[in-house]
Amino acid sequence: MNIVVCIKQVPDTTEVRLDPKTGTLIREGVPSIINPDDKSGLEAALMLKDETDAHVTVLTMGPPQAEKALLEALSMGADEGILLTDRAFAGADTWATSSTLAAAIKNLDYDLIIAGRQAIDGDTAQVGPQIAEHLKIPQVSYVANLEKDGNSLILKRVFEDGYHKVKVKMPCLITTLSEMNSPRYMSVKGIFDANREKEIKKWTLEDIDVNREHIGLKGSPTKVKKSFTKGAKAAGEKFEVEPSEAAQIIVNKLKEKHVI
Amino acid sequence: MDFRLPNEHKMLRQMFTEFTEKEVKPLAEEVDEKEMFPVETVKKLAKYGFMGIPFPKEYGGQGGDNLAYAMAVEELSKSCATTGVIVSAHTSLCATPIYEFGTEEQKQKYLIPLAKGDNLGAFGLTEPNAGTDAAGQQTKAELVGDYYILNGSKIFITNAGYADVYIIMAMTDKSKGVKGISAFIVEKDFEGFSVGKKEAKMGIKGSATCELIFENCKVPKENLLGKIGQGFKIAMKTLDGGRIGIAAQALGISQGAIDETVSYVKERKQFGRAISKFQNTQFELADMQTKTEAARLLVYSAARAKDNKERYSDKAAMAKLFTAETAMEVTTKAVQLHGGYGYTREYPVERMMRDAKITEIYEGTSEVQKMVIAGSLLR
Repeated sequence: MNIVVCIKQVPDTTEVRLDPKTGTLIREGVPSIINPDDKSGLEAALMLKDETDAHVTVLTMGPPQAEKALLEALSMGADEGILLTDRAFAGADTWATSSTLAAAIKNLDYDLIIAGRQAIDGDTAQVGPQIAEHLKIPQVSYVANLEKDGNSLILKRVFEDGYHKVKVKMPCLITTLSEMNSPRYMSVKGIFDANREKEIKKWTLEDIDVNREHIGLKGSPTKVKKSFTKGAKAAGEKFEVEPSEAAQIIVNKLKEKHVI
Repeated sequence: MDFRLPNEHKMLRQMFTEFTEKEVKPLAEEVDEKEMFPVETVKKLAKYGFMGIPFPKEYGGQGGDNLAYAMAVEELSKSCATTGVIVSAHTSLCATPIYEFGTEEQKQKYLIPLAKGDNLGAFGLTEPNAGTDAAGQQTKAELVGDYYILNGSKIFITNAGYADVYIIMAMTDKSKGVKGISAFIVEKDFEGFSVGKKEAKMGIKGSATCELIFENCKVPKENLLGKIGQGFKIAMKTLDGGRIGIAAQALGISQGAIDETVSYVKERKQFGRAISKFQNTQFELADMQTKTEAARLLVYSAARAKDNKERYSDKAAMAKLFTAETAMEVTTKAVQLHGGYGYTREYPVERMMRDAKITEIYEGTSEVQKMVIAGSLLR
């Protein structure tokens, strides 16, 4: 069984501080981590590897320093790492990113593709599903549990108010939730092997078959028109009164503002 | 000279820290209070490779080096010195002499399960009347047929009772003095072997420290480690390496106490401001960190010398002497900076101060380290 896990290196948002003057993120000195949903996807793949001897390939697109995320994945037990890195890929939105990743995956043998639900620095939850569309394979998103059943997977797909249990034939793509498991630590041997014996393949535009109109900034239909810091709201007024009086206060306030 | 850590060691540090924060730190207080040997933690340590870091993969090890091993003991000891010494005694005092002096059969039989962490190891040299004067061994071993018959006792043995394999020194020929001492590999289930009284200690309370008793203990003759009469040399070489582990433990205790103090002094307010704003606090912290950083370089340099197969016994002795004394000084200052709270069990620095003291005593007291260092100068 061949599993491809798509991961993203993200700033550890729990360590991010805001510049009080500009209101923007201070990225300097912020450690980079594997996106939590992706890391749980990797753990799910490694658990399948423990059970079934699966071959786990980890794929990421990013700048050269994203290699660190792949090294960590290899140190946890993944077999192979591929870094898609090229200036032509830079500035990609979710569409261009998924086009690039899908093109890279076409070079690989796969039964299962795992992507995290969404990245903590973007929260779009689009890249995984788009890859499945590019590859024309079934997809199940928001997976909180998986079991292998022959050539199929039995998955728990989570909704806000419940879950579905679905069976899907491989090859397929799933997106995983960080709540699904606690990822293992790297192991000492894993770290030594990853640094000394395992190779991280670096693929550029030359290595994948992709329409050049669909990658990088140029291939990104999403344009950021403007970015701004959300202004701080003043603390509201607080009343602790009976409901009937509360309703009256609300009506009066809305009238004051000419809403009603 | 390159002081930068290789990338693999930076990643190891990240992993050791993460493991310690999540698996070791939450238990440290209970391990101390209840004098609890952290059995479950040892299983997890085995799973992630902590129990066989410097041994080759063909012997069940992680294919790592002594620098990585020292860093592991350091990181564990930042939060729990008990956990640090369990790994150190197991690795340096039991698995290492089998790796360095054992036959191929002994390595296959004993080193592999030790390095994998399936078995735990210990080492027995000290006796009631043979401490720093280790040559005064009274435990005897006599060859009878295919067995050495051991009689006598050992005291202050780390990991005792939980260990599966013990390296034991015993006199095979009293007339030859230190050259009459031999080393043996003893399994916990050997006939005539038992674990005696457990010590009640000032610190490292979760570490099991017990007496070992040998009453006509039958040790198969193939369990002689090294050659007959080589025991004292094996013990001294083993302790040379062990000192790197204990120095790393002391280093971890120091840094752990500083880290705790830094967060405390930022929170604690007196005279209307955080005590971190007072110059006395700042100067004390500066001294504590400077000494600890110097200690770190000594420890890493000794570990690197062992990795490079250079002479390292004086380096290891200097690392242990300086790091242990630093740990004692730094933890005492950490308690002082915490004031009255530092003296209570509400904060971990009082435990760290109690734990630090043993690093000046075991695996060669500070005075023994000075003998080793002076000995190498005056050779």
